[in-house]
Amino acid sequence: MSGEALTSAEYIRHHLQNLTFGQLPDGAWGFAHTAEEAKAMGFWAFNADTLGFSLLLGVLFLWLFRSVAKSATSGVPGGAQNFVEWIVDFIDDSVRGSFNGKNPLVAPLALTIFLWIFLMNFMDLFAIDWLPKVAQWVGSQVFGADPHHVFFKVVPSTDPNATFGMALSVFALVLYYSIKMKGVSGFAGELTLMPFQAKNKVVQVMFMPINLLLEGVTLISKPVSLALRLFGNMYAGEMIFILIALMYGAGWAMGAFGGLLQLGWAIFHILIITLQAFIFMTLTIVYLDMAHQEHH
Amino acid sequence: MNINATLIGQSITFFFFVWFCMKFVWPPIMQALDARKKQIADGLAAGERGKHEQELAQKRAAEVLVEAKRQAQEIIAKAEKRAAEIVDEAKTDAKGEGERILVAARAEIGQEVNRAKEGLRAQVVSIAIAGASKVLEREVDANTHNDLLTKLAAQI
Repeated sequence: MSGEALTSAEYIRHHLQNLTFGQLPDGAWGFAHTAEEAKAMGFWAFNADTLGFSLLLGVLFLWLFRSVAKSATSGVPGGAQNFVEWIVDFIDDSVRGSFNGKNPLVAPLALTIFLWIFLMNFMDLFAIDWLPKVAQWVGSQVFGADPHHVFFKVVPSTDPNATFGMALSVFALVLYYSIKMKGVSGFAGELTLMPFQAKNKVVQVMFMPINLLLEGVTLISKPVSLALRLFGNMYAGEMIFILIALMYGAGWAMGAFGGLLQLGWAIFHILIITLQAFIFMTLTIVYLDMAHQEHH
Repeated sequence: MNINATLIGQSITFFFFVWFCMKFVWPPIMQALDARKKQIADGLAAGERGKHEQELAQKRAAEVLVEAKRQAQEIIAKAEKRAAEIVDEAKTDAKGEGERILVAARAEIGQEVNRAKEGLRAQVVSIAIAGASKVLEREVDANTHNDLLTKLAAQI
């Protein structure tokens, strides 16, 4: 637990606050000291921990795969290549299974989504206080900050900014390819002429707003569900880790029980983080496949 | 937990990662995988071809063996026939030669006999003359009685 005078509520709140960089109330740019300050920064603020970790993990993934790709041989593969090929093959199979169009973007996109999300989720398995403690120590020793004001969330996918950032990017691709493959009129037709259809032109026109409402909801729900599903799962998982961590402060019996719980939850969480990454990837492929399909 | 500009940063990062992955990661790996797939397919095809060729070669070898056996049989038959012919020829030749030798021997024997007869004849003449001279107790003139003696000798 961080700090001696911290209550449980404070501990939880502390863990759920990002390290936000933005304009402070006094006009200067800097890190927010409290959750209220972070909120007051408005839209033009950056969560340094989310951005930093996601960037770090993404670069790690790309570096690993790039180094294998550079020395990729069609002969007998080495250990790293074998591992990378296993993943690539798995992604390629998924894409071939769900995506019927021809687009060289989809498979690398799926690979990036799967591994990036997996790595971001994987940060959840680090003991909950380790990295924030290190950050607090660095913050207080190097930058002279009050350790209670050094916020640090190590799991980028528990930040809705990260999940929405990705989901909206996918959504942008869906819109782009919908319009590219079907044309503006084709896409508009898809939104307004389905699912209610009529032979009579007047009736058809009357159906249009209803169709637009229904299809619009369907369309918007895609990025929202993508982002919220991942965020919700990871946030809840993180929350449970925090609650388990609270037990360590409640005597040795509770602490030991907490240790068992943490182990169990962490093992179960391995499944969740992989599954969530896989779901995000598969849904992205399916949405892009729908965007590529001419309507029957 | 606030939605802020991190969203934009994440999107930019995401697009950059996807672009990098599409440009520098995916193609070489897929290329290696496809190349290996092709190698394996080629190898399997080559193995299949080799097996097929081996089968053909076995069939061909069996055919050659049968043909060789047939030829050997033929050669043996020919050889046997030729051997019989040679034996026959030798027999014929030997018979001819024997007869020839026989004829020559007979001729020689005849000549010998004649020669012996001649010799005997000559001796008979002299013996007869000697006998006659003994009988007559005088010299018989060979030249005077030559005609007579010659006729006598021819009668013997």
